[in-house]
Amino acid sequence: MGSTNSTLLKIPNVEVLMQETGLKLVAEENCLNVSPAHIIRLHDRFKALDKEGRGHLCPHDFGAIKELAMNPIGDRIIGAFFSPGKETVDFHTFVKILAHFRPVDKDRPKEPNSPEPINSRSNKLKFAFQLYDQDKDGKISRDELLQVLRAMLGMQVTDEQLESIADRTIQEADLDRDDTISFEEFRKSLEKINIDHKMSIRFLR
Amino acid sequence: MCETTQAVFTLNYPRIQIPFEITLWVLLASFAKIGFHVYHKITVWVPESCLLISIGLIVGGIMHSLHEKPPAVLTSNAFFLYMLPPIVLDSGYFMPTRPFFENFGTVLWFAVVGTLWNSIGIGISLFAICQIEVFGVQDITLQENFLFASIISAVEPVAVLTVFEDISVHEQLYIVVFGECLFNDAVTVVLYNLFNHVAALEVVEAGDVFLDIGRFFVVGLGGTIFGALFGFVTAFTTRFTGKVREIEPLIIFLYSYLAYLIAELFAISSIMAIVICALTMKYYVEENVSQRSCTTIRHVIKMVGSVSETLIFFFLGVVTITTEHEWNWGYILFALLFALLWRGLGILVLTQIINPFRTIPFNFKDQFGLAYGGLRGAVSFALAFTLPDNIGRKDLFITGTIVVIIFTVFIQGITIRPLLKLMNVRKTNRNQETINDEIHKRLMEHTVAGIEDLCGQWSHYYWKDKFMKFNNRILRKILIRDNHPESSIVALYKKLELQNAMEVLDQMSGDISAAPSLISLHEERKNASKSRKKFLSSDVTNMHELLSKNMYKIRHRTVSYTNKHTLPDDITAREILMRRHTSLRRSLRAGSFHGTNAAKMSQKYFSLPMGRSLNSRFPPRRLVHADGDIESEINYSSIRHPQRVSSKAVMPLRPLNTLKEVASSVNTVDGQNEEQRGCRRSHLGSNVSRSGHLTSHLPHGSSRNCSDGDHDAWVEEPQNNSDVQHPLMRRPHWLPQKPHDK
Repeated sequence: MGSTNSTLLKIPNVEVLMQETGLKLVAEENCLNVSPAHIIRLHDRFKALDKEGRGHLCPHDFGAIKELAMNPIGDRIIGAFFSPGKETVDFHTFVKILAHFRPVDKDRPKEPNSPEPINSRSNKLKFAFQLYDQDKDGKISRDELLQVLRAMLGMQVTDEQLESIADRTIQEADLDRDDTISFEEFRKSLEKINIDHKMSIRFLR
Repeated sequence: MCETTQAVFTLNYPRIQIPFEITLWVLLASFAKIGFHVYHKITVWVPESCLLISIGLIVGGIMHSLHEKPPAVLTSNAFFLYMLPPIVLDSGYFMPTRPFFENFGTVLWFAVVGTLWNSIGIGISLFAICQIEVFGVQDITLQENFLFASIISAVEPVAVLTVFEDISVHEQLYIVVFGECLFNDAVTVVLYNLFNHVAALEVVEAGDVFLDIGRFFVVGLGGTIFGALFGFVTAFTTRFTGKVREIEPLIIFLYSYLAYLIAELFAISSIMAIVICALTMKYYVEENVSQRSCTTIRHVIKMVGSVSETLIFFFLGVVTITTEHEWNWGYILFALLFALLWRGLGILVLTQIINPFRTIPFNFKDQFGLAYGGLRGAVSFALAFTLPDNIGRKDLFITGTIVVIIFTVFIQGITIRPLLKLMNVRKTNRNQETINDEIHKRLMEHTVAGIEDLCGQWSHYYWKDKFMKFNNRILRKILIRDNHPESSIVALYKKLELQNAMEVLDQMSGDISAAPSLISLHEERKNASKSRKKFLSSDVTNMHELLSKNMYKIRHRTVSYTNKHTLPDDITAREILMRRHTSLRRSLRAGSFHGTNAAKMSQKYFSLPMGRSLNSRFPPRRLVHADGDIESEINYSSIRHPQRVSSKAVMPLRPLNTLKEVASSVNTVDGQNEEQRGCRRSHLGSNVSRSGHLTSHLPHGSSRNCSDGDHDAWVEEPQNNSDVQHPLMRRPHWLPQKPHDK
């Protein structure tokens, strides 16, 4: 623990971050729940990505990750890190976004007054929803859906087929018949799927 | 009487006998391979090695009944000098370097310590069995037991990897199995030689043992250093082959083989040498040689490796029938049992020890896959066959090895797939999956894959970074021919554009028929926006099929690298990059062009509707001229009503020249960009940006040739050369939104 502490001190604002993330050993409620070892590792990664040592990341730092560039929705994922209007990501935000992907702690006691942890099922779903909903109007429109579909499908699919798939998707999920999918409808349509499993990364446990 | 007359028709078999027979055997094995793929389902359920062995068995049976002897292929020399190097070169060359180095510790751990554990464990247990009089094998000494044990602990991953791909196990497991096998071969050969040497001694002293252990390290390390040396020499040589492209592949092969042979000369690990040689040279060589040579090299390595492997399994089958076997129930069955047992135990124990050091620990399922996937194969077989004759029970050992191989390959090989699938079954109910589910699930999988890539593997990044710095500063300067970095980028760009063009042509008919339906859809939507389309269940099934066939798979990169039977194929990556590039061009152009032109474009190839940048949160207002283009604003209404898509509009080709105009608009962007452009430019040299961003000089001339017919609609832009490539090289949509009047 001693050596961890000294490394932790090098991270700016680590106190604040620790407060938000807390230590898993401590019983107090916290949102992020990322353990200190992970924070250190994430910090190392952050520093490695931030090649010029500015202390924050810009989009092209993310773009330099080759595999991410090959990801069909890579640009959306990168976009999710940048809140609207901001052009940089500091370490704090970086960890907060990544904390979405922590596996859900199954045996956390539910306290009514505590804020919902970042890696709760609902927040994971919100993250996924945000990937579709680029204009942030709280609804997935048909065109946003089409964009995502086009990104995820190879070139063999014609526009017509794409459109019918999109129509069908909306039809299945859209309960209030406004031709868009709201967050509630999104959540409802995925109730059978084990979101925790699908949207978690093992090594962030 | 007839000796002096010249016969009109002669038959001179002995002259061509040897090459002829070799050719026939290889051909036969190839036919077998072709035959399997005729019925696709077979290869899914039964690994190819099984099939090959079966065919071998059949042929062996035929030969035995005809009292023919099989060719003396499996002599020590033939195997170790001719048949093994291609296989190992294949594995080494196509090893994905990044995951390999990230998991290097684990791989080495399992390969070295695991094999030692197995050999020693099996050896001792078998020795204990030997002591039991009932089995009648007391004459086998401890050393000989160890020898046998080391032979049967060499694992072979081919069948397992194919199954892993299909189940899409995660990359870590994949690379560990792959790497383990590779090094395992090296370790086994070393152990084999060691024990061989020891078995010949009458008395084993402690000093000998230490010498042997020391020798083990010398052999391993020596092989590595040797290989690295040869790798660099090869890379250096290819720097000068600019004018003699035809012999480039030859150089690669010659150097690799030379590494192997010279390592054999010094009796250090030749397998390690050739693998490390391939690993080190690949990176530099692929930059130096031409595209064609690169393809040739890959193809030839795959081909020869594949042939070699096929032949070995084939001969396994043949030889099984035709040799004299010595059968001893007790010994052989116990050997089999111990082989399985010790592997399982070994994996369990070793994983427990190494898990704390890994960022992604292996769970029980992974361990099961590792343990159960330990099939024996070619190397074991060859080693058994090349046992020296002074081992008393050589035939017994051969029989035992064959039994172990056949058991593992057939039984484990066939059952591993259903077992892994069984263990993978989720508790969610799989029927009645809606289209929604499928799409969202895939999106989430892509997201997680992306985030994992983002997080990278933290612990090793520091060393990798250091190495990359060293690499960039020193090694690349020495080993890579300097004057062609752009041309390879241009070549890649050209290739992609051409491929794009070809795909467009292929799908031309599809587009024509799609045009009316788009219109009808559009009208239907306009008139009856509230009425819902009725979907038949057949429609839905079609959609499911469409989605499952066409959605990009995750983890494609693992498959592409390590599949032993096919070449790596980066079609998916290319498609994604191409599309991204095309939408980028679109978005750049849309910033300056009016709506009509935008509408003429086929929507087919873009991830976005026209006029939109890739990231809508940063709308391309900056790309707009001061005199404003209202249409360039995100204008949903124009997008929602796509205009007539004529067949001529199928033209992702045309935009190249339009970039110049956009370039000028982009250049009007204010100073803040300069800094960004500056830092992005620093990435130009690195491979990462090259492959990730499709940066290049615009091959103006060539593209114009492709799309000449369509040019009448466009105004020819003045060439704006020097700055042209730079906007392309960045991704302007990442530009942050400067607070404008809005």
